[in-house]
Amino acid sequence: MDAAPARKLKVATASLAGCFGCHMSFLDIDERLFELIELVEFDRSPLTDIKEVGDCDIGLIEGGLCNAENVRVLREFRQRCRTLIAVGACAINGGLPAQRNPIPLTMILEEVYHTSPGLHNGLIPNDPELPLPLNKVHPLHEVVKVDYFMPGCPPSGDTIWRVLTDLLAGREPTLPHTLLHYD
Amino acid sequence: MSQNLETAEHPETLRRVAIDPVSRVEGHGKVTLLLDDNNVVRQARLHIVEFRGFERFIQGRPYWEVPVMVQRLCGICPVSHHLAASKAMDVIVGARRLTPTAEKIRRLMHFGQILQSHALHFYHLCSPDLLFGFDSDAARRNIVGVAALHPETARQGVLLRKFGQEVIRHTAGKRIHGTGSIPGGVNKALSAAERDALLGDVYTMIEWCRAAVALVKRLHDANPALYSSFGMCRSNFLSLVGADGGMDLYDGWLRARDDRGHVIFDQVEYRQYARHIEEEVRPWSYMKFPFLRQFGKEEGWYKVGPLARVQNCDRIPTPFAERERRELMDYAGGSPIHAVLGYHWARMIEMLHAAEWIKDLLHDPDLLGTELTVRGERAHEGVGVIEAPRGTLIHHYTVDENDIVTMCNLIVSTTNNNQAMNESIRHVARRYMHGREITEGLLNHIEVAIRAFDPCLSCATHALGRMPLRIELRDADGNLVDQLTKDVDGTVTAGS
Repeated sequence: MDAAPARKLKVATASLAGCFGCHMSFLDIDERLFELIELVEFDRSPLTDIKEVGDCDIGLIEGGLCNAENVRVLREFRQRCRTLIAVGACAINGGLPAQRNPIPLTMILEEVYHTSPGLHNGLIPNDPELPLPLNKVHPLHEVVKVDYFMPGCPPSGDTIWRVLTDLLAGREPTLPHTLLHYD
Repeated sequence: MSQNLETAEHPETLRRVAIDPVSRVEGHGKVTLLLDDNNVVRQARLHIVEFRGFERFIQGRPYWEVPVMVQRLCGICPVSHHLAASKAMDVIVGARRLTPTAEKIRRLMHFGQILQSHALHFYHLCSPDLLFGFDSDAARRNIVGVAALHPETARQGVLLRKFGQEVIRHTAGKRIHGTGSIPGGVNKALSAAERDALLGDVYTMIEWCRAAVALVKRLHDANPALYSSFGMCRSNFLSLVGADGGMDLYDGWLRARDDRGHVIFDQVEYRQYARHIEEEVRPWSYMKFPFLRQFGKEEGWYKVGPLARVQNCDRIPTPFAERERRELMDYAGGSPIHAVLGYHWARMIEMLHAAEWIKDLLHDPDLLGTELTVRGERAHEGVGVIEAPRGTLIHHYTVDENDIVTMCNLIVSTTNNNQAMNESIRHVARRYMHGREITEGLLNHIEVAIRAFDPCLSCATHALGRMPLRIELRDADGNLVDQLTKDVDGTVTAGS
């Protein structure tokens, strides 16, 4: 029998400018979750109450970058995680949120907060508590080095399971044809 | 008299405490509290900090893309957006009445969605607070902690969610962001093998859902003082109800009640939503604040979602869930429940209802039918409304003669609860924090109130804007060395 690992590997996850679908797909490993938590410990993640990322073995990032706060969180993850993985279409190329990129942002702002139907008042939210939006939505690799890219919108639970189990076993992750898809 | 804690008079003199990010919720939100020298909370706000712009960039796309595109607003309840958009596009293609197969496949998909979303929310996200205590060890307050201490509960939660996801996969083609629903109907029915696979598990699911309702009732019984007061926010309610006043999560008419349970309006066609709902923008959140026009913004805000629906309908059309609804109404004693932990109870009743309805649908031969779509006279404007897991979801589009979307307005479920969530955290701040030293456990009380609404802050952040951009260069000690500012008009200025 193999010896038990000396310590559980630490995994952190974050959702930036995404829809949470990649995190839901992660939960689509279903009851394999119970196997996984024998092998790993979760650090910062929407599934835990740890608010700042600590030193981790693996960081999974869903979503692209649409504001300054996304950039800050991504840089922290890069600093703290030995292996950083871009999970899903938005992290890899901006995804659907990047469809805003060709449209002048003032136009969108005006439309949503001034001219959209049923508005009581026209006002653009500008409180300092709201993070500064970026003019365009960017994929992760334009800001930090990304070690692996997991395609799909979202990648399936099986895909995520395959990549994680490969990494946990010390193998280079590979995706067979059936797990490689882009929708 | 309770103070309104929305805006403090002299924020610059107050100490700021932030919960950032709010965790164990879907999406991106933060809470800021401003406290005075005596640790009295003077301002409490839930901010939605991200925006995206779906309403604008949907314009210019062909209408048939929309049901597949807009579900990318939210990976937790993609089916809700998929179906609300499809219902709006049914109007565009003149599909006044879907085929029985199409309507039932969509309902099955929707109940799969309700089941998986409610299971996810209760077991994976909230049960640690309810089982371990709001100020229990933060390191254990998660699904891993539940799996360690309540393994059977965790297992049932994971498998309930799995079942709901499998219902979605069989009807939509994919667990997340599927393609099954199209303008005028669906593109696939169930095969007998798919139906039988689901039938094999559904009775166990119903039993586990009943156990979930029983668990929530035990929690209420164990601590009635907490459950009947925590996060109290008295408000109106809004939801769809069916033609007979019964619960209908897929289709129906708008009904609103006031905080005492009296009907405000009923049998309102949902395409008339704009006559009844108006939205306010406030500078400190990207999420708008809707309210009922007839009462104005001070009195007109309302709650949506399970607690609203279970108390708004006259009955639930499946037997076990109806029995549980009656028990909840008896417990409330003729006056609606406004304490937010009641959401969990109502949510588990709905999860049971979803499982029961899935069982009934699986016995319906129409699910295996071959008539999948209908078409009729084209229209240029369509409204689709559905009761998503988190509440009433409104999609509204106009489409031109070249099939291109020219207008899109979305009021997502969580937006409807914006004021209620803010009122609820202010209630918690007054009740628990007044003058006390702020601890992690106390801050989690605030999050417990937010979680009760099951907010989907991914959904709620679909707007976007352009702000001046500033780049700062700082030395290792954090001192500002230089900066570049890009103005709204694109002008770049160096230096401060």
